[in-house]
Amino acid sequence: MSIITALWALGILALVFGAALGYAAIRFKVDADPLVEQIDEILPQTQCGQCGYPGCRPYAEAIANGDDINKCPPGGDTTIKKLADLMGVEAKPLDAAQTPAVKRVAYIREDECIGCTKCIQACPVDAIVGASKQMHTVIVDECTGCDLCVEPCPVDCIDMVPLASSIERWKWDLNAIPVKVLES
Amino acid sequence: MPTLFQQIQAGKVWDFHGGIHPPSRKERTNQKPVALLDIPDRLYIPLRQHIGVAGKVLVKVGDRVLKGQALTQAENAMAVPVHAPTSGTVLAIELHTSTHPSSLAEPTLILAPDGMDEWRPRKPLDPEQVDLYTLLERIQESGISGMGGAGFPTHIKVNVKQPVDYLIINAVECEPYITADDMLMQERASDIIAGIEILVKLLSPKAVLIGIEDDKPIAVASLKAAIGQKDNYFVREVPTKYPSGGEKQLIQLLTNKEVPAGRRPLDIGIVMQNVGTAFAIAQAVLDDIPLIHRVVTVAGETLAQQQNVLALIGTPISDLLNACGFQAEPQQRIIVGGPMMGFAIADWSVPVVKTTNCILAPTENELGAASDEMDCIRCGACADACPASLLPQQLLWYSKAHDQDKLAEYNLSDCIECGACAYVCPSEIPLVHYYRVAKAEIRETQREALKAEQAKARFDARTERLEREKQERLERNQQLAAQRVAQQQASGQTTQSAAAVQQALERTQQQSAQPLDKEQIIAERERKKAEALAYQQQKQQAQTATPAEDTTATTAEDPRKAAIAAALARAKAKKQAEAQPEAVGQPAPAETATADIPEADAKKAAVAAAIARAKAKKLAEAQPEAIEQPAPAETAAPEVDAKKAAVAAAIARAKAKKLADAQPEASEQPAPAETAAPEVDAKKAAVAAAIARAKAKKLAEAQPETSEQPAPVETAAPEVDAKKAAVAAAIARAKAKKLAEQTQMQQIASEPATEATVQAEAVPAEQDAKKAAIAAAIARAKAKKQQNSEPL
Repeated sequence: MSIITALWALGILALVFGAALGYAAIRFKVDADPLVEQIDEILPQTQCGQCGYPGCRPYAEAIANGDDINKCPPGGDTTIKKLADLMGVEAKPLDAAQTPAVKRVAYIREDECIGCTKCIQACPVDAIVGASKQMHTVIVDECTGCDLCVEPCPVDCIDMVPLASSIERWKWDLNAIPVKVLES
Repeated sequence: MPTLFQQIQAGKVWDFHGGIHPPSRKERTNQKPVALLDIPDRLYIPLRQHIGVAGKVLVKVGDRVLKGQALTQAENAMAVPVHAPTSGTVLAIELHTSTHPSSLAEPTLILAPDGMDEWRPRKPLDPEQVDLYTLLERIQESGISGMGGAGFPTHIKVNVKQPVDYLIINAVECEPYITADDMLMQERASDIIAGIEILVKLLSPKAVLIGIEDDKPIAVASLKAAIGQKDNYFVREVPTKYPSGGEKQLIQLLTNKEVPAGRRPLDIGIVMQNVGTAFAIAQAVLDDIPLIHRVVTVAGETLAQQQNVLALIGTPISDLLNACGFQAEPQQRIIVGGPMMGFAIADWSVPVVKTTNCILAPTENELGAASDEMDCIRCGACADACPASLLPQQLLWYSKAHDQDKLAEYNLSDCIECGACAYVCPSEIPLVHYYRVAKAEIRETQREALKAEQAKARFDARTERLEREKQERLERNQQLAAQRVAQQQASGQTTQSAAAVQQALERTQQQSAQPLDKEQIIAERERKKAEALAYQQQKQQAQTATPAEDTTATTAEDPRKAAIAAALARAKAKKQAEAQPEAVGQPAPAETATADIPEADAKKAAVAAAIARAKAKKLAEAQPEAIEQPAPAETAAPEVDAKKAAVAAAIARAKAKKLADAQPEASEQPAPAETAAPEVDAKKAAVAAAIARAKAKKLAEAQPETSEQPAPVETAAPEVDAKKAAVAAAIARAKAKKLAEQTQMQQIASEPATEATVQAEAVPAEQDAKKAAIAAAIARAKAKKQQNSEPL
């Protein structure tokens, strides 16, 4: 008899908790996947598509769905490390095919530009100014160095140039070759 | 318990954690008066000598400038100008190695002094008479930035809203060798106090604390003498210990307050100024002398005369050294700044700037070069020495691992880079260097993060804009479509064709209703016709004389025959034109590939190319006409033989015209390509049209290639070809458009037919548009290829 009482009690408890949990699941439902947001925060937002996805957010979604974390050359090792921490997976070296490049920005050789606006349409961050049949130029500060404008240019007048070093950005290079004056 | 202020008044001095006692070696220079130097041959004046941004250059190369004249203009709050240290001519404004550990080149104005040392007009101010704003303006215009080391623009630092409890004047000068401030205090104590008074006026602090190390008794005495009986001016001697001259350390020494991590001294009611800055302010306000010179300690055992000199800003360091009797050792190191925090320079032509307080030219014995670094033995000596109470060994560990989170956790940002840890390290690890690298990396990361945020915002904005534009386009199209429907309904709810007929009828009615003289119009029309004919005739004759008769004949005959005849004539004209150049050149019997034409026939090739282009155009014209007609079976238009294709097209066009003229008889036309003799079946006609179009496209594709063939012969070939390709692309596009129009017309024409017909037609029409687009794309791609191969 007592066992039946116990079963009843447990059953009712289970129902009550189940109902409570079910209600909470609906009431406090999280709409977007916060993980995607977090991953997107880590990614460098160059929107370059080198990962194979059309932008940083799609890649963030892909990572959330289990894609590799080592497909982002602009982010480099730092990004991979952060992603590994976030996702709780092993940090891998950058995909062999994708070499981490030095920071570069697009440069339009302006006297060769024919003003076709193709690069403007390609730029994911609106960092190219210009109008039809007018010379275009790159806003260096806004350029993410994604390379996407290079391909569409019909006259190939866009170069990717390494970002010039400046005193503000100088990094006290530890690996500099020690220079010694030799005795003559 | 006495209050803090009471304790300070009582003369209490506190202590800070850590610190070291390196040999000070100040006695070498602190007894000698500040020497004046001859004006150097060249002055290299960096346009930016402070933290912040450079101003706008006011002078041009070749200008003569007077002593004290502003060379740049501050355009925003963070900028201060630079001034001409003496009168002379601006030689150049170019990149010159900067006085910075990176030795990167910076924009520098090079001045050739004329030796006259001629001043600009000066307007001294009386600080009692003028308002604060004028004082601040004068400080900014005089180019004063902190002279202790960081070079923060002074006018920003003294323009505060918060109440200031203590103004601390930093006269500690704790770094070995350096006695520049010491000598300044010994010689110009009253000027310094005048400068402090201006600062007091600007900041209104409760008290002024002058911190000075106890190894400078003469400076202390002269300062005290200069202060006299002034209230709330306290000269506080602090024990000699490195780095008591650090901002946070001195605050702790004098007030026992600690500046919280990541905050400024102002947040705890303290403003600190260097004693040299106070002197510069006094000079700027009272004498209108901008910051054009400073006291620099030149020391080191390679110098015959170790001393302090009053150097003009921009004096090359090599000049300073030579003036002090410099005998360079092999592998001589020159250090700018003191031995603890200074940096070695590779290029001795770098100039003295506003923050340069010392130049060291030590012998190898005096200050040995850094020896090899060994592993950390975790002895903890660095932690004992650290004046900021950090854990240097942990910071080293994480710096090497590039672990920025851990570095932040261990408060790397509080490191003042004083070098005490490296000084005490038994393994001779250049700890500060690691921290500097790590700090630079962190700054870079922060910059990147900021940039990523901006990039994301821009990307999102762009995506949103594109989406909006797409939506707007869609809405517009829908609106237009709705309008069209409404119009149709308004015009009697008839079908499209009926509406068209109606419109045409209306037009004719309107025309006939016009009260103009009909005969006149007809006459006019006749005249125009005649003119057109004459023109055409002329053209034909210019090309070839033979078909002239035919063309004249066409006018009289009925339109059907006329069309045939015209086509024939054109074909002949073409043949003629082709035959002509060959007749002129080599008597080649067959029309061989143009590629084989030798170089001597460049002209011929050019002509051929021109013809090919012309044909391409004609083809384009012929195309839409051929649509309705079952073209003869040319299975593949041979790529090389564009000519034949052109002829075929002409024939096709002729047939098309015939068909168009005699539409009822169209079914009887013998079509060699078609399997079944067609009836007047719109469906079949559409299929045939599609075939014709496909062929035309093939032709269009073939066109650029054939026209490319004479390229090797021609000199200007690539350009011409690119143009040709572009023309071809344009043709392809034009065709696509015409096709679209044609299909619409066909639709209208076949309106009375069954719905199935319409559907059947719609499909090929779509396909054709697509095909045409593809053709255009191919043409474009070819143009690009051509351009790429141009250099070859």
